[in-house]
Amino acid sequence: MTDNDGQRFDRLPATAAEREVAGRASRAEVIDWWVDRFGLDADTFDGYTFWEKGAGKIWIFAADLPSPVDCEGVGMTFLRTRQEHWKPTTNAVQRFGGAATRNVIELDPDEARRFLAGEDLTPAWDGDWGYLLVAHRIAGEREPIGVGLYVHDELRSVVPKGRRASLPTRE
Amino acid sequence: MTPLERYESLVDDVAAFRAACDRPLPAVVRVNTIKTTVDRARDALDSEGIAHEPTDWHPGVLRLPEDSPGRNWPHAHGWIHGQEEVSNLPALVLDPDPGDRVWDACAAPGSKTTQLAALMDDRGLLVGNDNNLGRLSALRHNAERLGVTNIAVTNRDARNFSLKPLGEGSDRPTAVDAFDHALVDAPCSCEGTIRKNPDAFDTWSLDHVRSVAGVQKGILRRAVQATRPGGTVVYSTCTFAPEENEAVLDHVLDAEDCRLVDIDAPLEGVPGVTEWAGERFDPSVAKALRIYPHHNDTGGFFCAKLEVGA
Repeated sequence: MTDNDGQRFDRLPATAAEREVAGRASRAEVIDWWVDRFGLDADTFDGYTFWEKGAGKIWIFAADLPSPVDCEGVGMTFLRTRQEHWKPTTNAVQRFGGAATRNVIELDPDEARRFLAGEDLTPAWDGDWGYLLVAHRIAGEREPIGVGLYVHDELRSVVPKGRRASLPTRE
Repeated sequence: MTPLERYESLVDDVAAFRAACDRPLPAVVRVNTIKTTVDRARDALDSEGIAHEPTDWHPGVLRLPEDSPGRNWPHAHGWIHGQEEVSNLPALVLDPDPGDRVWDACAAPGSKTTQLAALMDDRGLLVGNDNNLGRLSALRHNAERLGVTNIAVTNRDARNFSLKPLGEGSDRPTAVDAFDHALVDAPCSCEGTIRKNPDAFDTWSLDHVRSVAGVQKGILRRAVQATRPGGTVVYSTCTFAPEENEAVLDHVLDAEDCRLVDIDAPLEGVPGVTEWAGERFDPSVAKALRIYPHHNDTGGFFCAKLEVGA
């Protein structure tokens, strides 16, 4: 086992048995986490490659390149690992969370607006604690907004500052 | 004297040209089909009471007569992206297919790059390069908000961009020895953005035009070299200066194995000029498209399409 070099992109090993870098998540573990957590189809991520840069930041990439690759980015940030509770990114939840069937909390219009602004909420929820996919209804369908951390009867908005917005109330 | 007066001898209707340059631009957004459909984006704008109308040349390019592009739910979801109407042209002219390998040589802040990704259905490989590290963060932010997963972002000088990190020369099945298409949306003197940036002329000088033209030639040459025979390269700028447009094409036609091809443009424009300031260019530069602000009530633009090794 070697140590993680946080300055470069390395492709994840396919499975834990092929792991060469200590603490690195495998492709199978990353996909299993998303599929299990949100009830997605098992083939949702077929054809994507997964990369680590930094301490546990996982990227999802629709193409493939020789590893390690000297780039500023490959695809989009997807998941934070190397911590007790893995955390999906806002952008990945928006991109891949539309088909989620589990751990999805749907907010009403006022709650959704406050969540996007970064406010913590106390919505009704009797499911698991942890990172939830936060959605609302728009143009007739449910659509993911981002990620919330549900603990102690409170939903904490973890929408990153650059994606927060204070939307006007429209009637 | 403003830089615009330099070009009045080229313009078909000087009064309309001047008047258009003095008007502000309307807010325009592109619907991001990676994350939604045009119909759903328009439904969402309707339900928020945001007036919008499709442009007469593209159903996914919408004018917002009363609103700014941000601060609404469709924007928060990455369904729409503020992008000047005419700047939607080069990616459409390049017209990549899903699965293609495409290089955007001067990608930041990423409006055209993310449009290329959408045209590719977010499949294949899109290499978004920019030499300015500060501007790369805007590219990354836009690509993430719009849900682009097929992009590799690089920070190199496009003039000597290496394909080695993409596996060039290796026997890997995914190795990139050449791109199918390249977009060179070149850094330029930006005269055509005067409606958006009223201070665009403050830093204008002929020396700057000449110096940036040298950079443009270097980038376009490298783009032609890095594209496979039969592939295409689109060159675009937001300037009127022939030194940065037709003269750059003329140079690259001479130096590299490529030829200009006709553009099937959905926007009105006029052919490239074959003569300027006592210099004559290759007659095929007339296949390029010059768009003046009064033609379509947009910013000014220049766009040309090259076929490699044909």
